[in-house]
Amino acid sequence: MANQSGKIVAGFLAPHPPHLVYAENPPQNEPRSEGGWEVLRWGYQRVRDSLAALDFDTIIVHSPHWKTTTGTHVLALPRFASLSVDPIFPNLFRYRYDLQVDVELARAIIEEGRRDGLVVQPMENPDFRVDYGTITSCHLARPQWDKPIVGLSSSRSAFYFSNEVGQEEMLALGRATRRAVEQSGRRVVLLASNSLSHRHFTAEPAVPEDMSAERPYSFNQYQWDMHVIELMRQGRCAQLLDEMPDFIEQATSECKDGSLTWMLGALEVPDWPATVHAYGTVIGTGNAVVEWRAP
Amino acid sequence: MSVVLGLVVPGLPHPLLAPQASSHWAAIRAAYDRAARLVQAAIEQQGADLLVLYSTQWVSVIGHQVQADPEPVWTHVDPEFHALGSMPYRLRMDAPYAHAYAAAARERGLSCRTVAYPGFPIDTGTVVALSLLDPQRRLAATTTSCNMYADRGETVVLGKAARDAIEAGGRRAIVVAVTSLSARQHVRPVEPEDDHIASPKDEEWNRKLLEILGEGRLEDVSQLARTVAHQAHADSKMKAFWWLSAVMDQGNRLRGEVLGYGPVWGTGAAVVALTPAQTAQGQHEFDEDSVERYRGDHEVLDSSPETPPGPPASAPPVPPAPAPAPRPAAPAKGPAKGIDVAAAPRPVGAYPHARRVGELLYLSGIGPRDPKDDSIPGGPIRDAEGKPLAYDIKAQTRACIENVRRVLEGSGSSLDRVLDVTAFLVDMDRDFAGYNEVYAEFFASVGATRTTLAVRALPTPIAVELKIIASAGPV
Repeated sequence: MANQSGKIVAGFLAPHPPHLVYAENPPQNEPRSEGGWEVLRWGYQRVRDSLAALDFDTIIVHSPHWKTTTGTHVLALPRFASLSVDPIFPNLFRYRYDLQVDVELARAIIEEGRRDGLVVQPMENPDFRVDYGTITSCHLARPQWDKPIVGLSSSRSAFYFSNEVGQEEMLALGRATRRAVEQSGRRVVLLASNSLSHRHFTAEPAVPEDMSAERPYSFNQYQWDMHVIELMRQGRCAQLLDEMPDFIEQATSECKDGSLTWMLGALEVPDWPATVHAYGTVIGTGNAVVEWRAP
Repeated sequence: MSVVLGLVVPGLPHPLLAPQASSHWAAIRAAYDRAARLVQAAIEQQGADLLVLYSTQWVSVIGHQVQADPEPVWTHVDPEFHALGSMPYRLRMDAPYAHAYAAAARERGLSCRTVAYPGFPIDTGTVVALSLLDPQRRLAATTTSCNMYADRGETVVLGKAARDAIEAGGRRAIVVAVTSLSARQHVRPVEPEDDHIASPKDEEWNRKLLEILGEGRLEDVSQLARTVAHQAHADSKMKAFWWLSAVMDQGNRLRGEVLGYGPVWGTGAAVVALTPAQTAQGQHEFDEDSVERYRGDHEVLDSSPETPPGPPASAPPVPPAPAPAPRPAAPAKGPAKGIDVAAAPRPVGAYPHARRVGELLYLSGIGPRDPKDDSIPGGPIRDAEGKPLAYDIKAQTRACIENVRRVLEGSGSSLDRVLDVTAFLVDMDRDFAGYNEVYAEFFASVGATRTTLAVRALPTPIAVELKIIASAGPV
């Protein structure tokens, strides 16, 4: 590995509702749709355009749908190919994937995390099925699948101890990720696969893409989402982290799973304005597509 | 007897994949093996023909899901314990039962669907339980998801729907709750032989629950669920016990046996067998309401102001927003739907049991037929050839009022909120006194208005029918 020449070139809040893939009708996904959730998908198109203009080697993605309790787990074999079926929305997402892993960078993140006292372990079972959150965020950001990825699981510390403990662990993992990237010589893009507010409706319209049924679950969730997005737009990520435990509690935020906090840690808690590409709801949950381009 | 055996089993993969690595995991595997022998005995001695599972490891959001793929095939790897190895499986699911189960759930007001997709990720708990309980796949099975938002009412109704489908199909089922007791796992690696329950408080509650289960008091455990979930790290708020007790008829008349208990990666893993019995504990120590029909938040897609979408929660610390624009009028609602109550006798025509308009409930004419088999308590008034028979008007009236109670409670009301009664008797001279006496037992303190009419006949060979208007709100 090169030394001290790597860089995180951009980080994206890149939520993973499988509905967005379903709505796009890519060849990898079996179910067919008549569209839907256009605003979010237009936002992801801008992400794709941004990435097309960037020079980068690897995507690191942190997914809430690979849930682990004994620390963070990291994909650590060179290739995974299989069928991803969403256990919650199997009617929408049955996706054939074939992805490459940057194993060298994955192992570097494991080592750097362990150096900070975190529990980080490799996932080396070739039969492993990559979670649909990872697949969805990667597809929506880079459907060509032409860059290797590093997949990180979501450690459940916030659920076992407190939101504050979970955040501290994710910030530490973010810092370790940054060091590993810098030492690797790679130019890296980060994807934080988090929704914002996250209380779902428990019923689905007869046609899932019927947008007349789509709206925030509650006004409270919407208010919180707008507040958090405004902090991002103003470059006030330190304040966002301060308020994160309240956001998690009061808006049932999926940020409890740590993806956004990990990325903000890896970006050294940005104080520059983010670019908000889109906001929209998916079965009531709040989702923002947001870009932090490294200065 | 529709349910011949109930089991509580843990869902982590260690007893399946690595029992030799730890004496604790070996002990749970041994308990699983004993449970498997009970399954075989139930097949051979009691004619068990179905396994119905509820797994806390299959989480759902849109209501509940029931597995209906006749032969799911995959090589499964647990997302956490991938280092223990892979779990290749070829399972045998009972698709007709799964469809009947989901339909019964919908009949009881739940959102429920079957899934049958090649490659569907069947959860670790289901794979482990079916692999260890019935390794030869002698029984077809199905498994049910655990809705992350479901409360007690919803989960109890789901269990009743599972039972409805078992009974309707004349099946003899083994029902299995795949759940840990306490679910707190180790957050740092431990040596397998050093495995232990992660929290002393969890250990205390686990043992307390096992003591109660060992006495066969399943419904008491079900009703303790909220307390345990508040005080310990219960697996999925102990929802699996709500389901299991409901499918086993919400009673304590069971014989309980704890086949094994110990730690699996910090969780409280227990294997418990529950067998229907007549002589065991009968009384409930606790007294939570039973629920027949779910009337929860699955209509939240209706954005009318009458159905506020979510629980109140605090707003973020933002400056006061400008005064909101006037709320636009709610879109006109479609025609109201009738209410059908699974616990009431089936209608004999194209009409619902009840229909709600605002706070008022209008019930169709309700007779005395037994909801289970359509028999008439007190006897029919004539035979198949039309020859008059002796019958008991008091028994018919009592059964009639009990059916009214079922429809009211299944519609969100109750007997004490009845406003108006129209009674139909086929023989006023013979029956009025007996009918009037029983009526008073139930309605003397209610104060409902009443009209009693004599009619020439009713659609089935019954002597009395009641037509009710009730309040679905306060009276």
